Amino acid sequence: MAAWLGWLIESNWTDPFLFAVYSIVKPISGAAILVIMYGIITQGNYNSALFPYIYLGNAFYIYVGAVMTGVSWAVVDDREHYKTLKYMYIAPIYIPLYLLGRGVARFITGSIAVFITIAAGLLFLNVKINFAEVDWLLFIVTLIVGVVMLALLGLLLAGITLTVARHEGFIGEATAGALYIFSGAVFPLDVLPEWSRPIGYFMPTTYWLELLRRSLVGNVAQAFPTLANFSNLEILGVLLGLSVLFGAVSIWVFRWCDARARELGLIDRTTNY
Amino acid sequence: MSATLAIETQSLGRIYKLRGSRKETRKELVALQDVNLTVERGELFGLLGPNGAGKTTLIKVLTTLLSPTSGWARVAGADVHTEPHLVRPKINMVSGGESSGYGLLTVRENLWMFSQFYGVPSKEANERIEALLEMVGMKDRMHTKSSDLSTGLRQKMNIVRGFLTDPEVLFLDEPTLGLDVGASRDVRKFIIEWLKADKTRTLLLTTHYMVEADELCDRVAIINKGRVLACDTPSALKQRLQKDALFEIQTSPLNGLNQQILLDQPEVTKAAITETETGAKLSLSLVEESALARVINLFTQKDVKVMSLSKREPTLEDVFVDLVGRSMAEEESSETA
Repeated sequence: MAAWLGWLIESNWTDPFLFAVYSIVKPISGAAILVIMYGIITQGNYNSALFPYIYLGNAFYIYVGAVMTGVSWAVVDDREHYKTLKYMYIAPIYIPLYLLGRGVARFITGSIAVFITIAAGLLFLNVKINFAEVDWLLFIVTLIVGVVMLALLGLLLAGITLTVARHEGFIGEATAGALYIFSGAVFPLDVLPEWSRPIGYFMPTTYWLELLRRSLVGNVAQAFPTLANFSNLEILGVLLGLSVLFGAVSIWVFRWCDARARELGLIDRTTNY
Repeated sequence: MSATLAIETQSLGRIYKLRGSRKETRKELVALQDVNLTVERGELFGLLGPNGAGKTTLIKVLTTLLSPTSGWARVAGADVHTEPHLVRPKINMVSGGESSGYGLLTVRENLWMFSQFYGVPSKEANERIEALLEMVGMKDRMHTKSSDLSTGLRQKMNIVRGFLTDPEVLFLDEPTLGLDVGASRDVRKFIIEWLKADKTRTLLLTTHYMVEADELCDRVAIINKGRVLACDTPSALKQRLQKDALFEIQTSPLNGLNQQILLDQPEVTKAAITETETGAKLSLSLVEESALARVINLFTQKDVKVMSLSKREPTLEDVFVDLVGRSMAEEESSETA
């Protein structure tokens, strides 16, 4: 039900041109900028295995913003825009499940953007993937684990959003932006200052992106040496472990924030922002 | 809690901590204080008070949206703070004066979606939607996107949403706020019919319209500044004032005559003044009918002309004035000043 509602909201673009800009042109433009920057820095060395690694990292990172923000944005949308959050709250439903359902629509639109970005890379931007060598099982398992993990992280942000009456709309975007640096999406963690690397090691998104890229183009140890000494299975184990940990923390944080929001009277607080 | 009670509160309190600028210390706003209420199953219970009296805060606490800071409340047999999951399947709520809902969904879709959250079978939900929309005169708008509805119709749609799930306890927070006279009458009629159809249904209604409380409610609690000042049937509340003679007087401008001067007269027990375009409207409570002559004499001394004069039966507004010392309108303006 929540997913149906979310899809109606997400797909309800009055102007198809705006929908195209948001879903297609924006991700392709972002990827094209990355490709141009890469071309200038490497003087057009598109044959390096590093190139698809960077390109795919950037493409799959779309999911991080889409899924996390999709879940947490439902709180802002229902509370501020539709003014229905209080009615959802007093209904006999499990609110975290409702919010996760609302995130499904963003997962679908995010998937379209990821697909289009990769397709554009393959067709026009010199990205090369040998589909005969793709580890499909690893890809699908990693994708599923990662999306569930991102949805649970979104729940954590939704909890925080509940307790913040102002500027809550930026929480999802800001978190996704910050994680971009620490997840090895377009550069290895090794290039970060030493003090900041543990943040990246602690982020499940780091292992998730690494596994997705490995499943599609194999390991590029010399370009992204951070996790080169770990096998796919080991990285999957770390990803699963961190996902369970983050998932448990997210549910706990959401429950705490939920109780806090009820104490502070924030469930139906509107700011008219 | 007795099995016959739908709502029970004990020493219920709610304090809001208000955050000002960073330099200011936090202020506290007492929204509810020592509220003790019981509402029987099948009762239509009214909360009457001016804006800011604490009515909506009490509804928020009872519908599990807000935690109390002291005391406890039980709704449909469960504690609203510690057992909200047991309360929620049995209640529903409608807030008046707002246009909530998903504008991109049709009226039917909006209502159907909420019915599904309460586990109403889809076929039954559709039948109920059709019947309820018919009752509020909106059946022809069933397939209209709610964004295309007027504010009044959106409010009616929300009222239907509240009734749709057939709750044991329904909370209506100012349900007729912002509705025109005809629509308000329809809603009041609908409320009465809904309660008549099943004697176990309970309805708690907040309003600051005296007539609405008087016309609809089995019992009324008068609330002001977070405190329940009185709770009884409307007739019993009005009975308290039967010993006084009540007059409504329309006058020319008062020329310095004010509420205090009137109250200084030994025969005047209550006085409320509302300024009008042509002068003033006074609501006076006198110890006896014969005391009116002395009050009129006072008007003459101040060169105030009496345009009309009528004796009337006490209303809930008089009860409020009796309890608080001023009218609900005066109380509201003093709060906003």
